[in-house]
Amino acid sequence: MQPIIKTYVIPGDDFTHAGEASGKVKAMLKQLGYDSDAVRRIAIAMYEAEINMVIHADGGKATVEIHPDRVELTLQDSGPGIEDVELAMQEGYSTAPDEVRALGFGAGMGLPNIKKYTDDMKIESIVGTGTKIYMLVKAGKTS
Amino acid sequence: MTVKDLCDKLSLTVLTCGDRLNRETNGCYIGDLLSWVMGRAREDAAWITVMGNINSVAVAKLADLSCIILCEKASLDEDARAQADANGIVILSGEDPAYELALKLYEASKS
Repeated sequence: MQPIIKTYVIPGDDFTHAGEASGKVKAMLKQLGYDSDAVRRIAIAMYEAEINMVIHADGGKATVEIHPDRVELTLQDSGPGIEDVELAMQEGYSTAPDEVRALGFGAGMGLPNIKKYTDDMKIESIVGTGTKIYMLVKAGKTS
Repeated sequence: MTVKDLCDKLSLTVLTCGDRLNRETNGCYIGDLLSWVMGRAREDAAWITVMGNINSVAVAKLADLSCIILCEKASLDEDARAQADANGIVILSGEDPAYELALKLYEASKS
């Protein structure tokens, strides 16, 4: 069966609209009948990746592929890249600026949360070029 | 326990979505760092926080939390209020600090 493919543009430096794309994906997956735990994990992982692009990369693009047994998400930006991916994956490590922390972000939990909530995750990042995050969540339909 | 029961037993004020108080609520999570909340709070939990901004609404929605309780009468931004109403997110306000609210919530859940 052909996957359903959707793409979303994530606006940069815009915290008021951050989460709209993940909200739409969540609503669509719920409507398609995917199980609620998987939908919740996908929504949170995607929101974390969205927020990272808003904070660090002036936005980017998200592609969502919905298969009968899984959902694959790729979020790609043309931001500054991550110098040390291993360090960035550690809980509590953050390079977010103070004004972003005042909004409640920058806890250094974004990438760890993505890892926690997905079944597979890959980060490709080139300093000065950008970052691509791939996520896979196994998800089936309950109805 | 429904959000309405919670609201009555903890003497909370309803700030948004007064028509959606029949939702079930179970347990609570206290925190102001959004990624901590998304990483740790369980589905249907009430979320006690001082963060009344638009991003809190997104977190409550994406993480399937039953409601946001702003403790110590923390303020709610106008754009957050509008977003919560548009997305069906119940926001409540209480005078007590987070600890007291959580204690009362625990007692209410036992009765």
